[in-house]
Amino acid sequence: MAELNPIRAWKRLLALPNESRTKTLLVAFLTSVVCAAVVSGATVVLRPIQAANRAAEVQVRLESLLSAIPGMQEMLTAADDAQLAAVVVNLETGRAAKEISPGEIESALQDSANWTPLTPEQDVADIGNRPDYAQVYVLRDADAVQLLILPIAGGGYNGPIEAMIALRGDMETIAGLTVTRQSETPGLGARIEEPAWQADFAGTRYKDESGDMRFAVAKGPATTEYEVDGITGATRTSNAITRMVRFWLGPMGYGPLIDAVERGEF
Amino acid sequence: MPATRLRNVLIAPLIANNPITLQILGICSALAVTTSLDTAVTMAASLTVVLVLSAAIVSMIRRHIPATIRLIVQIVIVASLVIVIDQFLQAYFFDISQRLSVFVGLITTNCLVLGRTESFARSNPPLASMTDALGNGLGYSLVLVTIGAVRELFGKGTLFGVQVFQTVDQGGWFTPLSLMLLAPSAFFLLGGLVWAVRSLAPEQVEAPEVTSPSPKETRHERAV
Repeated sequence: MAELNPIRAWKRLLALPNESRTKTLLVAFLTSVVCAAVVSGATVVLRPIQAANRAAEVQVRLESLLSAIPGMQEMLTAADDAQLAAVVVNLETGRAAKEISPGEIESALQDSANWTPLTPEQDVADIGNRPDYAQVYVLRDADAVQLLILPIAGGGYNGPIEAMIALRGDMETIAGLTVTRQSETPGLGARIEEPAWQADFAGTRYKDESGDMRFAVAKGPATTEYEVDGITGATRTSNAITRMVRFWLGPMGYGPLIDAVERGEF
Repeated sequence: MPATRLRNVLIAPLIANNPITLQILGICSALAVTTSLDTAVTMAASLTVVLVLSAAIVSMIRRHIPATIRLIVQIVIVASLVIVIDQFLQAYFFDISQRLSVFVGLITTNCLVLGRTESFARSNPPLASMTDALGNGLGYSLVLVTIGAVRELFGKGTLFGVQVFQTVDQGGWFTPLSLMLLAPSAFFLLGGLVWAVRSLAPEQVEAPEVTSPSPKETRHERAV
C-alpha cells in the first residue's frame, strides 16, 4: 500500500540505501531544485541594484568624456535647459530606433542579424562588420540639436581603436574627439590619447560646401580647416584615425543620421 | 570533536599545510587577481565564504549523497554558491567585481574548493568541516594577500590604492616596477614564497620523483 503520511514517506526515502536508483534520482533532483531556487532568487533580488550600478557606470564614462572634449563644459553651462540624452539610432535609416532602449542595445548587438557585413571597398575603417544600431548622445537646446556625440571604431596599427566624436549643431564642424580604447605603440601612436592632440579636433570641419568628405589627419602640421595635426612617427595610426572618421561620418556610418539632423527631422 | 583538534584543523592549513604553497592548488586565480590588494582581498573573502558554505552543506547531507553522483552534487552546490556570491559582488561591489571579471565565476573550478568538500567535508561532521574549510580559506587568503600586497606596493607604490611610496611621476623617488603588474611576477613571487616556506619548514620539501643517474668517471680511471 502506498505511504500516505508525507513525513513517514520522506523518512523511508532517506532510509533507502544511498546506491539505490530511487535515492540517486531523488538526491540529484532535490539538489538541482534547491540550487536553482537559490540562484534564481539571488539573481532576481539583486538585479535592480546591478542595473542601477551599470547605469551609473555609463554616466561616469560619459561625464569623463564630456569633460575631455574641449569647450564642452562651456556649452553645457551656456545652454541652461540643455538635456543630454542617450538615443539608440538605426544607422540604415538615420532614425531613432524606438524598439531598442539604451539598456538593450548590448543584447541586441549579440544578434548577428543586427550587423551588416562590409565589402572591402566600403570597409575603409577596417572593422569588417558594422552594427546596425548605435547608441548616440544628443544635446538639445530648445528642440534644436546642439551637439551629437557618436561612438566610432576602427582598426588601428596594433588593434582596434574606439573613440567618441562630437559634432556641433551645424553638423559640419567637429566639436571634439576622445579616444576610449586603443592599443597603439606607446610614445607614438598612443599619443592619440593625449588631450593636447585631441584638442586640435575642436572646430575642424569634415566636409566642404559640396558635401565631399575632406577630413584628414595631416602629415605634419595641419594646413587647412579640414585637417588636424599629424603625429610624427605614427603614420599608420594617423591614417587609421582619418579612415575611421571618414567612414563613420560618411554614408555607411552616421551619414543618414547627420542628414536627418540637418533636415531638422531627428 | 575536542577543541584542540578543531584548533589543529583550523591552524594547520595556514602554513604547515597551506593549500597554495604546499599543495599548489588554486594558483591560477591566485596569480590573476593579485595585481592589487583590494582585488586579492575580495577574491580571498569570496573563496573563503564559498568554501565554508559548501563544506557546511556537503557535510550536512554527506550521509545521503550517492557515491555515483557525489562529484556532480558537490559541483552543483559549489557552482550555485559561486553564482550567488558573484551576483552579490556585482550588486554591492560593482567596481571590484568588474576588475575581478571572470575569476569569481572560476572559483567553481578552483580545485581547492572541490578538494576540501571531497576529501574532508564528505566524511566529517559540519562543525569540523567548516573549521577545516575556514582554515584552508584563510591559508589561501594569506598567500593571496601577501602576493597582492607585494605586487601593488612595488608595482604602483600603493596599498589599497593609498600612495605609500611617492613615485617619480609625482615628484617622489620611487620608480614603479611594471613587471610586478604582469603575470610572470606572480610566478616569481609565488616561487620565492614556496622556497622561503620550505626553507623554514624543511619537512614540506617533497622527495624528488626521479633521481638523475650519476655517470661513472670512466675517463678518469682510464687515465690512471
